[in-house]
Amino acid sequence: MDPVASTARTAPTELLEINLGPQHPSTHGVFRMMVTLDGETIVKLKPVFGYLHRNHEQIGEGSTYIASFPFTDRLDYFNAMSNNFGLALAIEKLGGVAASERGEFLRVIMVELTRLVNHVAVTGFLLNDMGAFGTPLLYAFREREKILDLFEACSGSRMMCNYVRPGGVREDVPEEWLAGARAIVDDFPRFLDEFEKLLTENEIIQQRTKQVGILPKTLAINASVTGPMLRASGVNYDIRKVDGYSIYPRFQFKVPLGTVGDVYDRYYVRILEMRESVKILQQALKGVPGGPAISPKGLALVKAPRTFRPPKGEAYGRIEAPKGELGFYLVSDGTPQPYRYHIRAPSFVNLTILEDMCLGQKVADAVIILGSVDIVLGEVDR
Amino acid sequence: MLPSLDELKTALEQQLPGVSLTVDGSVLVVASKDLTAVCRYLKDSDRFRFDYLANLTAVDYPPDPAGGGAGRMDVVYHLYSMEKRHGPLTLRVQLTRLRPVVASVTPLWRGAEFQEREVYDLFGVTFDGHPDLRRILMWEGFQGHPMRKDYVPENQNLAD
Repeated sequence: MDPVASTARTAPTELLEINLGPQHPSTHGVFRMMVTLDGETIVKLKPVFGYLHRNHEQIGEGSTYIASFPFTDRLDYFNAMSNNFGLALAIEKLGGVAASERGEFLRVIMVELTRLVNHVAVTGFLLNDMGAFGTPLLYAFREREKILDLFEACSGSRMMCNYVRPGGVREDVPEEWLAGARAIVDDFPRFLDEFEKLLTENEIIQQRTKQVGILPKTLAINASVTGPMLRASGVNYDIRKVDGYSIYPRFQFKVPLGTVGDVYDRYYVRILEMRESVKILQQALKGVPGGPAISPKGLALVKAPRTFRPPKGEAYGRIEAPKGELGFYLVSDGTPQPYRYHIRAPSFVNLTILEDMCLGQKVADAVIILGSVDIVLGEVDR
Repeated sequence: MLPSLDELKTALEQQLPGVSLTVDGSVLVVASKDLTAVCRYLKDSDRFRFDYLANLTAVDYPPDPAGGGAGRMDVVYHLYSMEKRHGPLTLRVQLTRLRPVVASVTPLWRGAEFQEREVYDLFGVTFDGHPDLRRILMWEGFQGHPMRKDYVPENQNLAD
């Protein structure tokens, strides 16, 4: 062959179609991306999922409202507490159940602790994906484990907590629990400082993440993206502030925003959100009142689920889960079982624009862009 | 603040001639032929600016075994506005259950893309104008729509 004709510029190239996943450590579960590559550049990307689908919604329509709580633990299995809370709020809205004061405080504390757990885990995994193999993840998991010990002490399980109920929480926390939680929360900023010192200004991280996977503001809103991903694109929308559900309006906290909407912003918004969660936790842990952990109506509902027949109608309850808007849509026909039980999972909807963020990027960047979306397949596939 | 559903209905019917809406409890029922016009107006008008489609799903109402009838399939939309910070507005479109077809809202809100695919997959509703309408949770070649009320799951205890 003529050596001049086959230089890199003139040599004929072909598009290459490859599968990333479903058995691939960077896909965070059984998730597959069908990627078409031109050299190393992504020209097309189609996400494929459903491998974990067990039709959770159909199971929910065949059981009582309360019986769905253990199943919600398995949606986003990092954040059982916030999944429970989302369903509890929707049921409260549908059936007109009020929560006890102590119950509200305990729920907010649990959900904010969950946010810390989620965000340390996702930043740890993101760094793992970038090649900072193991060390940052284990630093993150060390902190996560302390909080999981707290969950185990109050609910009996580290991850599948099944703890929050309509009207409050299932059991009151043990004695000394609040003091233990206070100590862990007060110590948390020290960990964040250390984590940030190692990572935020790290040159390799900046090189890998800045200007990568940019999600513009208008597209983010149009594509129903929620959670830290939306706020990293500079949209000030936090359901804790907008809806003011539960007792969040009583606490002082800020909503951190990004400016560019790249992977770096999504990483950094999560770090800042953890600092705000610590503030909420410190305020909440100071003010936990006495009294029952669950309201009388909630207790009656939990003790005898079949007697709970909400009036005909429908309710859409949503919370700011660590990954975004977690919504539960319930339709009641007046029987003890929901006629329709639908979950609006944040990871599922946030995946819609994965292709838009990856087009034109290198294949190695697809891995960290996916990592920065923060998905859990239990929730995507339901 | 968002006006009451009755005021909203009057405002929409004034702005969009030929469109008629029904208020049913907390839900605004839209005829399927009007869906695109209503959604476009709700999204673009300065007054409402429903820029965020939070949730899209379906509810199946099979025919009553005693009374007969054809049954219906409702598609439900939950709209919010990020700009104006109001919502939710719940829209319902009632479709015939035998061949449910409705216009896709993906051209208006990208966020509907996967959610419409899910409804197509699990309920068998066809969305006209959807860019890529394929099954999403079940596999290609799967028969039936598992979230329909009359779906009979296969018996997994039988060996074959």
